[in-house]
Amino acid sequence: MTANQSIPSDEISIWFFIGVLLTIYGALILGYGIWELITGNLANVVLAKLHAPVWWGAMMLVLGLLYGIRFRPGKA
Amino acid sequence: MAVIEMHGLALASIVSGALASPVRLLLALGSPSLAHLSPLDLAVIAIYFVMVIWIGFYLKNKSNTSEEFFMAGREMTAWIAGLSFVSANLGSLELMGWAGSAYQYGILAAHWYWVGAIPAMLFLGMVMMPFYYVCKTHSVPGYLKMRFGPGSSIVSAFSFAFMTILMSGVNMFAMAEVMKVVLGWDLNFSIIVSSVAVAAYVALGGLRGAIFNEVLQFVLIWGGALLVPILGLIEAGGWNGLKAKIAHNMAVGAIPSGDYTHMWRSMGHFQDNPMGVHWTGIIFGLGFAISFGYWTTDFLVVQRVLAANSLRSARMAPIIGSFFKMAVPFIVILPGLLGLVVLQNGDGSLMKLVGEDIVKANPGAGLHSYNEVLPLMLVRYCSPGLLGLGITALIAGFMSGMAGNVSAFSAVWTYDIYQPLINKKARDEHYVAVGRWATILGVIISIGTAYLVMSAHGIMDYVQALFSFFIAPLLGAVLMGMFWKRATAAGGFWGLLTGTLTSVGLFAWVKIDPSALKYVALSPYAKDLAEDMYRALWSLSVTFIVIFVVSLFGKPRPIAELDGLVYGATKIPKQDPVPFYKNEWYWAFLAIAVFLGLQITFW
Repeated sequence: MTANQSIPSDEISIWFFIGVLLTIYGALILGYGIWELITGNLANVVLAKLHAPVWWGAMMLVLGLLYGIRFRPGKA
Repeated sequence: MAVIEMHGLALASIVSGALASPVRLLLALGSPSLAHLSPLDLAVIAIYFVMVIWIGFYLKNKSNTSEEFFMAGREMTAWIAGLSFVSANLGSLELMGWAGSAYQYGILAAHWYWVGAIPAMLFLGMVMMPFYYVCKTHSVPGYLKMRFGPGSSIVSAFSFAFMTILMSGVNMFAMAEVMKVVLGWDLNFSIIVSSVAVAAYVALGGLRGAIFNEVLQFVLIWGGALLVPILGLIEAGGWNGLKAKIAHNMAVGAIPSGDYTHMWRSMGHFQDNPMGVHWTGIIFGLGFAISFGYWTTDFLVVQRVLAANSLRSARMAPIIGSFFKMAVPFIVILPGLLGLVVLQNGDGSLMKLVGEDIVKANPGAGLHSYNEVLPLMLVRYCSPGLLGLGITALIAGFMSGMAGNVSAFSAVWTYDIYQPLINKKARDEHYVAVGRWATILGVIISIGTAYLVMSAHGIMDYVQALFSFFIAPLLGAVLMGMFWKRATAAGGFWGLLTGTLTSVGLFAWVKIDPSALKYVALSPYAKDLAEDMYRALWSLSVTFIVIFVVSLFGKPRPIAELDGLVYGATKIPKQDPVPFYKNEWYWAFLAIAVFLGLQITFW
């Protein structure tokens, strides 16, 4: 099974929208995680020492960039 | 009360400072809440709304013909149709409700995701889809019209349109109430914002708009909710640690005794499990009558698959959906189970969740209901940004649920009610305009229903029960029509009608005389869920019998007229050979193997 789809080059694929959203969310969450890591000002949540915003945000950012680039408008 | 105060964040303020203040002012109309959102969380939610409206406007120019507006141009790939198919059912009410049920009943709740979904989804893809797809119907009532004539179609279209729009209103109210409990948002604010957004993207983008947002919502739900079970399992010491802690909590009397981690062992008798269900009800009532009724004939979900770009994609879509459906318990059932061992009060003692009635009877006692387990878990683990993502996933789930109802209503209203009964020969653009207005009208009626439910809570139970009345008889009519050439128009009509009346009658009988439960559900120990299962089974049986008997006295349609509609009279188009990994049968068998493996693992 593959998520690939053939779309006319002038159309925007849903996967591109998803890529954009994941990229923005990933950047925001990773940015916060790095700020938390640098300042040591951890949020008052359980397992905060695992720094979930860093690795979860990074994963979303990478996935978002992959989808955003792979399905960018204009790419046949 | 496990409220976690979020820190003021320099970074978040930079990102969303300008936007946060007015929004916060507006939201401050609400009451004390479970979670407090930081500016970063609000930015995450706001970005989602911007994205939704962007998609709506982008798709406006791609929904000009009726085929584009109502059927998304039948251009969806198997992946998009499949994710949308499973996502249309993955509303937030369901996520929160079943997480609460898992806290209450244990892994038994997973029956609704596995035996209550997978066989039906695979049956739709592999057996029924060729008929739906080949006959090019626009809707399930449309199929009934082709097969049985206008009588059955009109009954089915009116009941579907009426119930769909009521359900949309119930969803809207439920969302507003959840937002009030979790975030302290004002009810009117939640209803207005969600209605405007849904009306905008469905009226502009049609089914394509709804499908795009459902796929987006699917990604958000996984992105926002998956972290909870991962961190929960780390805290609990893995699956074995979770089981050991549940056993310990039961031993010390902290939680009620029961088998929380096995699915079938306590199904021998109604009174052996807290759900009050029996394995016959689970397999035949839930696994057949209800599940097949919902997944194969409810137009809300079938519409997504009909939008696929080829027969192979249409068959593959439910199969792709089945794999994700099997995985959903990981983000719904598992957090519910984890809640049994990790949720704590402010003093470090184990938090005990209770029923809604107890929470309402003890205002100010700081109690939380079972249905709040998922938000509580989100608040427990998610720092700023991640909490906003989790809340956005819930909002997206509610909105796509409403959008699904409204887009299906719009299609059935236009194709199955307006066109045959009011204006048969209008231009295509006219029907698109009717569809857009039906979408807006649908949202307005939903808002009215939401306020009606708000003023009289008891109505909600009746609306949900009403919806279940039509599912099983519709399945009976479609199955008999699709697999029995001899079935006649009169048989279809009377079967549908008597099956529905049977369901209504049994519901009323138990309401008036609760002791009738021992006849309807075969045991006085049966509970509500078991009653639903057996009622569906009775109603389906009556539909089958009536269609069979009435058809025997009528004249069947010539075989030639049944081409594309009935098994044995339809030539299924030959599909090009593909490698095994692209073949739908290969993936269907793999899905069956995974499904059976899950039943054995959690036996």
